[in-house]
Amino acid sequence: MTVAQEPTALNFECETGNYHTFCPISCVAWLYQKIEDSFFLVIGTKTCGYFLQNAMGVMIFAEPRYAMAELEEADISAKLNDYEELKRLCVQIKRDRNPSVIVWIGTCTTEIIKMDLEGLAPRLEAEIGIPIVTARANGLDYAFTQGEDTVLAAMAHKCPTKVVEAEKEERNAIKKLLNFGRKNEDIQQDAEYADHPPLVLFGSLPDPVVTNLTLELKKQGIQVSGWLPAKRYTELPVIEQGYYVCGVNPFLSRTATTLMRRRKCKLIGAPFPIGPDGTRAWIEKICSVFGIEPKGLDEREAKIWEGVEDYLQLVRGKSVFFMGDNLLEVSLARFLIRCGMTCPEIGIPYMDKRYQKAELDLLEKTCKEMGVPTPRIVEKPDNYNQIQRIYDLKPDLVITGMAHANPLEARGINTKWSVEFTFAQMHGFTNARDILELATRPLRRNNNLKDLGWDKLVKEAKV
Amino acid sequence: MKLAYWMYAGPAHIGTLRVASSFKNVHAIMHAPLGDDYFNVMRSMLERERDFTPVTASIVDRNVLARGSQEKVVDNITRKDAEEQPDLIVLTPTCTSSILQEDLQNFVDRAQLDSKGDVMLADVNHYRVNELQAADRTLQQIVEYYIKKARKKDELPEGKTEKPSVNIIGISTLGFHNQHDCTELKRLMADLGIEVNEVIPEGASVNNLKNLPKAWFNLVPYRELGLMSANYLQEEFGMPFVDIAPMGVVETARCIRKIQEVINAQGANVDYEEFINEQTLYVSQAAWFSRSIDCQNLTGKKAVVFGDNTHAAAMTKILAREMGIHVVMAGTYCKYDADWFKEQVSEYCDEVLISDDNGAIGDAIARIEPSAIFGTQMERHVGKRLDIPCGVIASPIHIQNFPIGYKPFCGYEGTNQIADLVYNSFTLGMEDHLLEIFGGHDTKEVITKGISADSDLNWNREAQAELNKIPGFVRGKVKRNTEKFARDRDLSEITLEVMYAAKEAVGA
Repeated sequence: MTVAQEPTALNFECETGNYHTFCPISCVAWLYQKIEDSFFLVIGTKTCGYFLQNAMGVMIFAEPRYAMAELEEADISAKLNDYEELKRLCVQIKRDRNPSVIVWIGTCTTEIIKMDLEGLAPRLEAEIGIPIVTARANGLDYAFTQGEDTVLAAMAHKCPTKVVEAEKEERNAIKKLLNFGRKNEDIQQDAEYADHPPLVLFGSLPDPVVTNLTLELKKQGIQVSGWLPAKRYTELPVIEQGYYVCGVNPFLSRTATTLMRRRKCKLIGAPFPIGPDGTRAWIEKICSVFGIEPKGLDEREAKIWEGVEDYLQLVRGKSVFFMGDNLLEVSLARFLIRCGMTCPEIGIPYMDKRYQKAELDLLEKTCKEMGVPTPRIVEKPDNYNQIQRIYDLKPDLVITGMAHANPLEARGINTKWSVEFTFAQMHGFTNARDILELATRPLRRNNNLKDLGWDKLVKEAKV
Repeated sequence: MKLAYWMYAGPAHIGTLRVASSFKNVHAIMHAPLGDDYFNVMRSMLERERDFTPVTASIVDRNVLARGSQEKVVDNITRKDAEEQPDLIVLTPTCTSSILQEDLQNFVDRAQLDSKGDVMLADVNHYRVNELQAADRTLQQIVEYYIKKARKKDELPEGKTEKPSVNIIGISTLGFHNQHDCTELKRLMADLGIEVNEVIPEGASVNNLKNLPKAWFNLVPYRELGLMSANYLQEEFGMPFVDIAPMGVVETARCIRKIQEVINAQGANVDYEEFINEQTLYVSQAAWFSRSIDCQNLTGKKAVVFGDNTHAAAMTKILAREMGIHVVMAGTYCKYDADWFKEQVSEYCDEVLISDDNGAIGDAIARIEPSAIFGTQMERHVGKRLDIPCGVIASPIHIQNFPIGYKPFCGYEGTNQIADLVYNSFTLGMEDHLLEIFGGHDTKEVITKGISADSDLNWNREAQAELNKIPGFVRGKVKRNTEKFARDRDLSEITLEVMYAAKEAVGA
């Protein structure tokens, strides 16, 4: 998907790829919570397990619906039969948890020893009677949030093409949720949707955000037919040829490709609904595709900006540097520039210029309108080089991973831990405040501590 | 394949990285895919480290898979050598590079030609050893490397220090309370009139490793890290070592007596008995605590201990020998060193559990229903679910186990800290009595104990109400004893009568 695109004034660079990020298997942490009847089996080594155990912190103790299939030396040297081993574990999982789907997460090790997970899955699925979805979310190919992309791309294949009558009731979960148990005739009345082809949204979001965005589109008369993923695997949306699909997160390019090429859907390329500006542009784009005149968005957006003015006063004129690790960087930078910040550099693990085109255009437009220089976008950044640039630029805020946050703070540089943005609710109009709450936290902390005189806490700081 | 939710000891490379990044000015380069540098996050978060963790990755990606690392590893080593001028770069294999079977030694040899600093390959196999074994091996490897280097250059210092002196071996980053233990051990050595020659690996410079043989002896406080190095130094230079962990009053005294023996054999002529006596009776509060009324209330209370070899063994001995607590089960996840553990604890506990399966340990705790658990963070969570208090005594640990305040486990101050930990973990004695006398103040429902099997017995209303009056922390035990009593006599319903009969039968 990284075909050369039409020229843009944005400056793209590519460095060495020596940067810190989470392993993409981390996606199980939020996906097992999102898909309530799933079980995630990560087929890998102690290294993978150690990462999950430590990165997920206390979640590990909540009897998670995920586990490691820990490969031992005999598995590596093929002394044991992969199929038999996986069967043994999956039967155990079926017995203990009875999930509706088992998701196999392939790792670096399964890649290197070329374990044919895609080949084994259908056989085992038939034998034990539970669907098995295979996703290769490994560190050889992907970074952090791209893990979700590989899982959703695999799930896209499993979406039904026709609704089974008996399941209709169940599949209307979202609609029911929005109607809050009102009687059927009332629903008929106020469900005045415009006449448009079915729209399915993709991207895993917390349920309150799903409700929020669905309602936001309903105000424009747009009906969301389904959401990939749904709350339960058994509720995966129907996807037929010719359906429209639209992404809610910037890291879902494989899912988008799969929906377009394999399920013959039409992709609505829109900026992502992050920040009030992004949300508005997202809705406008969907409306324009369906030939609907959006209403009330001006006031809606203005009102949100008004509501966050106290935060804007803190960030205006300040600079922000993204070291890059979760692919949300372009959308966040675009929002923060609209908030009045400047941004010298956006680091990003992987840049799909086609899938993110509308977002990149909006970024460029935003820079022009705010009268600030466009950021350099650094794909596959080199953390060492970035830290030298941070020392030179002295940005007011660095958005970075935990490996660098404390050392930078000790050198008097404000940081915000990037992973929090992945787990925070930040989509839609109403969550703009939450993004700013995160972004301004170090700045507010500084205002509280500013007269104490202990900004730099390392001896002979190499700054 | 093994279905696993949790592991006690990390993968091998974590051990290597812990040792490498404990040294000053040593850089580790992992041969690993993107995302495997999670060690940096742990060190930065848990240790609240102010400096960048000196660990980078030479990324293994699709291209490396297809064509091999080629120049990449060598370039990354020489680049890091130029950027940070470390004394030593340790190339660290991971599970991925174990399978790729590239000739990493060849990369190291080539990189050495262009590097100012030293370059070495950590000799650990992901599939054979765990974090602790790898750390032990890496430390020994680095020590040996610099001893040999000094010998070759004829720079090994002659003879011993004038006054008795010691190397403290095994203090490392991300180790359980290691920093505090180190301070306490240095203080203890100062009190004993022993100079500290070197502390390794934490804060040490590799250039000083050649001075190790100048010490009179080596002290290895932890069973898991340092023994290989101490053995190497003994073979090479005939240096004696003391490997008694000075944890608890009795063991600290034993450690000091051993030190006395070792240095007197080299002509020191010291007598530490007076010091031990003074510390034990008047300075450390632990001996007095064990005599006090508080501790009397702990007599015969049941406890379960689980952790690494060092801490679980020390804790078992302290509980049983110094506080009169009934250790029903002591366990370790150091399966590779199980014999040592069994030998250490078997006379102080009823049963020994050697396992790294957290499910098995959880089940054992549910079955035993101790009054308190001393374990890792995992056991703390088991305790939460079963409503049993837990004191954390060993890794794996969370950020709250890296306290800012001074909390050693070693030495005489360590005995005080442990006494506090133990005492605070049990329900306070007087509170316990009052609850028993007045029938308790919490009447909440019995929580189903997910780990143990549920009962099939029927409690009638009065009996259930009576059960609910029993204080929460003993309710589970009463319930279990009553049901066992009923089952033994083939009673299907539990009434008040059955309950009291059971109570009389077991004296519970």
